[in-house]
Amino acid sequence: MTNYIIRRLLLVPVLLIGVTLIIFGMLQLLGPVERSALYVRDFPKNEKQIEGLIRKYGLDKSFFEQYWRWLNGVIDPGSGERQGGILYGDFGYSRTASQPVVDLVKERFPNTVDLALWTVYPMLSVGVWLGVKAAVNQNKFIDQAARMYSIIGTSFPTFVFGLLILMLLYAKLGWFMPGKMSDWVSKLIFSGQLKQYTHLLTIDALLNLRFDVFWDAMRHMIMPIITLSYINWATFVRVTRSSMLETLRQDYVVTARAKGLKENDVINKHARPNAMLPVVTMAGGSIVGLLGGVVITETVFNYPGIGKASADAAANLDVVTILGLAIFSGTILILSNLIVDIVYAFIDPRVRLA
Amino acid sequence: MTENNISPTGDNRLLAETHSTRKIGWLERTVGPDNYRILKGLVKTPASIIGMILIFIFILIAIFAPVIAPPVGNDPYKMPRDGFVGEPKAPGSPWKRNVPEIPFWYKTVTGNEKWEHLLGTAQGQYDIFYGIVWGTRTAFKTGFIVVVATVLIGVILGSIAAYYGGAVDNVIMRITDIFMTLPYIMMALIFSAVLTPILGRSLLPPLIAMIAFGWMGYARIIRSDILSIKERDYVLAAKASGLKNGRILFKHILPNAIFPTLVLASLGIGDVVLGFAALSFLGIGTEVGYADWGQVLSFARNWITSLDKYWYIVVYPGVTLTLFVMGWNLVGDAMRDVLDPRMRGKS
Repeated sequence: MTNYIIRRLLLVPVLLIGVTLIIFGMLQLLGPVERSALYVRDFPKNEKQIEGLIRKYGLDKSFFEQYWRWLNGVIDPGSGERQGGILYGDFGYSRTASQPVVDLVKERFPNTVDLALWTVYPMLSVGVWLGVKAAVNQNKFIDQAARMYSIIGTSFPTFVFGLLILMLLYAKLGWFMPGKMSDWVSKLIFSGQLKQYTHLLTIDALLNLRFDVFWDAMRHMIMPIITLSYINWATFVRVTRSSMLETLRQDYVVTARAKGLKENDVINKHARPNAMLPVVTMAGGSIVGLLGGVVITETVFNYPGIGKASADAAANLDVVTILGLAIFSGTILILSNLIVDIVYAFIDPRVRLA
Repeated sequence: MTENNISPTGDNRLLAETHSTRKIGWLERTVGPDNYRILKGLVKTPASIIGMILIFIFILIAIFAPVIAPPVGNDPYKMPRDGFVGEPKAPGSPWKRNVPEIPFWYKTVTGNEKWEHLLGTAQGQYDIFYGIVWGTRTAFKTGFIVVVATVLIGVILGSIAAYYGGAVDNVIMRITDIFMTLPYIMMALIFSAVLTPILGRSLLPPLIAMIAFGWMGYARIIRSDILSIKERDYVLAAKASGLKNGRILFKHILPNAIFPTLVLASLGIGDVVLGFAALSFLGIGTEVGYADWGQVLSFARNWITSLDKYWYIVVYPGVTLTLFVMGWNLVGDAMRDVLDPRMRGKS
């Protein structure tokens, strides 16, 4: 086990270097003027300023030298201050959000986590339940319906589904709304009446015992939760169903039936736990995906998370911001994948022995 | 089959009884029995037949686009605008400015003398019907280009990795892993945003971005297929006769390994079109007014408070896109069963 974890940990720096190289490679496609935005807030106005910036920050040096400067920053000879340097958490200044990219991440990432937190349970439970039901009743009505649904579900574009949900639940019925919170909640937070322990709005609301705030947060989150669950259910149903069918054919299931166990026990105690391995892998991937930013869902519902921030920056061609966000999401993905792999090795011994 | 004819007695009636003597058609003879089984799987289940029909209808729409929705002006991919009012107009409202010619089918089908906005207009008076019809061409174009390019990159990298093995394999597959770590839509979004200032607003930035982050799956599939084929006798024979590596790889191994990948890849068109529409929906890619489904849908983003009134700006283009993707997914689902290695030998 230790061996496996060490091997897996050694892979992390390789992945991180690879991901930063890809993102830096994209940055290098741009001219020095755009790239100077990594170090200065104001766009250079004349030729002389541009030349000065190129010299100062070495924007004309070789690829790897610039890569190093990008990682490590440049020490300003005048003031002795470090400028830039993603290793020191300076991702540059976001023009579209009018704040440093780091602050943008600090403001938006809790919202993405909040949404992921409330999506995981409905996403997993319903998907797995339907998949198991379909497999147990193979070729019966519920199975056909589940298979049909998993094809339609994967064909339904997230944003079309999201717009239809908005049309029905917001424009028509007015039950739920897009965005993150109502005005009175943001006033409450601004005035400091709602203490922010975790910066996750739903959790903070519960800790402050403000159930009205919690309900308001939920009314804003239910539509993205439905959309994300719906989109993911399709894949979960498919994977659970085929894994469960495979397991039901195993000898130990036949044995369990032969010794006269109740069908419910055979399915719930013998077959289902063993069919869960591929589902766990999938679930890990999906949760990691939720944390990495759900660009389309957040944009459709105007939900201010990391994904929406990237989409806004991309639509305004604010390269510094999107690349900063990309590095952040990439790092989150690599680290959470690491956790998923280690957890998986605990569950399935075959993984760590391979 | 030649073995069966040579029996010790010179009489092969006995063998004919034990071996099936079904007729082998020209198609099976050209593509080989394994690949023939795959092709047959395309039309086996009702679901895949519905999928084929959907795809066929979209192909017809794409081919006959100029007849279905006659273009106005020089560039058929520019959606004609009936004025500049922001508010969408309902289906059936009369078309006043930039009216297209009336095609021969129009009077019989609609019973109208003049063009009206059959499916309404989106924000800025872009005709939705026109956008859907010409958007079909855009969809096939983008799908085809991205699939061909990603398969090409995937096949080249995957086959080099599998054939040479060792360090080469390791380096290529680790690069593939790194690309796979990154979230697809986000990276495609970022890369097209980086490319747009350089290449201008057109189809190119999203296409290049989707190619750059879309080849990894194919590289993995072709690699594993080649690994299983590379130790076959005819490859060893080719090696023994002193052929060059490149020739063995491209003349002897690839033709025998590539067919499943090609089938899977061609069904990937649905996913590509979905991704492209998502990028356009987010406001990346083509200039405003270009006939593509994602763009028509993106107009709806400004009207979410009154979507119940303007339902047609979501429903018509949304259903079109969903049916298109579903067509490919229905066929793809049947294909996955056929290509599943556990199913080999059962037909």
